[in-house]
Amino acid sequence: MPAPKTLYDKLVESHRVCSLGENDDELLLYVDRTVLNEYTSPQAFTGLREAGRRVWRPETALGVVDHVNSTRPDRDVLLNEERDIQSAYFAKNCTDFGIELFDLFHRQQGIEHVVMPELGLILPGEVIAAGDSHTTTYGAFGSLGFGIGTSDIEHLLATQTLVYRRLKNMLIRIDGVLPVGITAKDVIMAVIREIGASGATGFAVEFAGPAISGFSMEGRMTICNMAVECGARGALMAPDETTFRYIEGRPRAPRGAQLHAARESWSRLRSDPGATFERTVEIDAAEIEPMVTWGTSPDQAAPISASIPNPDDEPDADRKRDASRALTYMGLEPGAALSSIRIDHAFIGSCTNARIEDLRAAATVLSGRKVAAGVKAIIVPGSSEVRRQAETEGLDRIFLDAGFEWRQSGCSMCLAMNDDVIAPGKRCASSTNRNFEGRQGAGARTHLMSPAMVAAAAVAGHLCDVRTLGTA
Amino acid sequence: MPFEPFTRLTAHIAPLRASNIDTDVIMPKIFLKGIDRKGLDAGVFHDLRFLPNGTPDPKFVLNRAPWTEARFLVAGDNFGCGSSREHAVWGLLQLGIRAIIAPSFAGIFFDNCARNGLLAIEAGSDDVDHIMDHARAGAKVTIDLPAQTIETVGSTIAFDISERRKFMLMNGLDAVGLTLKRRDEIAAFEASYLAERGWLTEPERIDR
Ligand code: SF4
Repeated sequence: MPAPKTLYDKLVESHRVCSLGENDDELLLYVDRTVLNEYTSPQAFTGLREAGRRVWRPETALGVVDHVNSTRPDRDVLLNEERDIQSAYFAKNCTDFGIELFDLFHRQQGIEHVVMPELGLILPGEVIAAGDSHTTTYGAFGSLGFGIGTSDIEHLLATQTLVYRRLKNMLIRIDGVLPVGITAKDVIMAVIREIGASGATGFAVEFAGPAISGFSMEGRMTICNMAVECGARGALMAPDETTFRYIEGRPRAPRGAQLHAARESWSRLRSDPGATFERTVEIDAAEIEPMVTWGTSPDQAAPISASIPNPDDEPDADRKRDASRALTYMGLEPGAALSSIRIDHAFIGSCTNARIEDLRAAATVLSGRKVAAGVKAIIVPGSSEVRRQAETEGLDRIFLDAGFEWRQSGCSMCLAMNDDVIAPGKRCASSTNRNFEGRQGAGARTHLMSPAMVAAAAVAGHLCDVRTLGTA
Repeated sequence: MPFEPFTRLTAHIAPLRASNIDTDVIMPKIFLKGIDRKGLDAGVFHDLRFLPNGTPDPKFVLNRAPWTEARFLVAGDNFGCGSSREHAVWGLLQLGIRAIIAPSFAGIFFDNCARNGLLAIEAGSDDVDHIMDHARAGAKVTIDLPAQTIETVGSTIAFDISERRKFMLMNGLDAVGLTLKRRDEIAAFEASYLAERGWLTEPERIDR
């Protein structure tokens, strides 16, 4: 009997070209697919050009403009000169090296991690590496997705492989039944709070348990997407019927006999009974509440019913110093209720939470309600496809009637590389993934939460529990 | 791209106590709009290094003697977390930083360091505390890569590094060139891998 293997071990094994070190801990890993964006790829193409190298399998790469572009409804506005340079160079690179490009005005343009799955390009059993840390999203399909830097993009394009360090295995089980109104975002935020911002550094994390298999693919993607915020460089979920149903019929997904053969192979993609995980974390779903962050690291989070923590209660000296620094930056006083924090901005968007289900959840909260006076609220759909779908369902009317701006697709205020920037000292309820200092603009203050919670905060004018909105 | 090899270097080491220092802080987004690697030294820790009026903030460690001369950093847990932007590593190197010591690094940042000749050393927390004290006192340390040691006044601390990474750092080697020497091996793997997975090469359906 071969030793039982984890899903992660199986994926690495099936993509291992050869070993590069002793103990097989460094190896050459074959990569099935990549997605490129305009801001982390330019120097990789320059490197290829300078060395006279070609792209190994250009048909396995897709270029998408998402980070720097405007999301204004009328975005054929003048882009500034520098942005022009990046997008123009990106287009030239894709043309010269034979890579398909979704530029700003392409019908399928969107955030890379939303576009890839919706096209049916992400399949169970694949390895996908890309120049963006949230490539972990694809683990929701039972594929290994992880972020790489620009030198590794160059390496991948030139060789279809990466020099890869094997990770340790971690299992995170979400047992029990999720309370009504608790979303995938709350689950992953609770996980990050539990294990810390570096809790999964050096690990590939497999998520399991009834709460996980109960989520749709959108919810699963939210969890795997944000797993990188606790350091995971690979977040896996065993594929199941939900996965297969999501893939079937997508424009670029296999069909017919090929799909049949694929499903046969995909059904073996799960950790064997008795496989070894170096670390196991168990979380009781029933205890999870709607989560918000209060600090400047994604693990500085708490249930919405809690108060702003007092750094003096923190026994660990480093964590205490980090917490008090975070509170200073955030302009918050210990002891006040989290639900008393007033906001200036509400943002629903990003590769974490701007898929169609996220917009539906927000619309449910916003229907018949109005954004509070003084709150600037915008919704940026994850892709042009999501935008069209939302309009077909009439969600755009609900958002506009509530007082939200309804935008074109892109990363937008998730990292504020375009003109969607928050002013110093202003505070935002945000459905994104990073509350770092300056992430949404120099001096801007970010509170992470689910899209429904952002919608509720927008209506109330302060952070609040979406479950009690209107009854309080 | 080949880079400057690292062997042995003695220099000041700047202490950065915080944990979770992310790449947004190391290289703010306004410096990410170029298409080459130039000029990124100006962006390193920009919002900490400079006051809003653009003059150096005298309180920030890299603006204070002797750390204006620092070639090493010692930092808290999970250094380099967040965005995959390699600009953070390019900028640190352009500023003259050649090694960083921390209890742990974020995975992508750690790999980005290795690809560019920036030595990232994972050390135990006690060792990091010890080095942090030396750094704060303004003492120099010596990092010896062949010997895998960090020498401070009165102590020598050993560190771990994979043989392959050490070899690449000591020789300034470009990984792409090395991997392409295995071109035939990759092609053979690819042929058998794809032969078993017809759905991966089925003509892509285009829905434009
Ligand atoms: S939406 Fe945010 S996290 Fe996602 S790819 Fe864009 S910038 Fe990165």
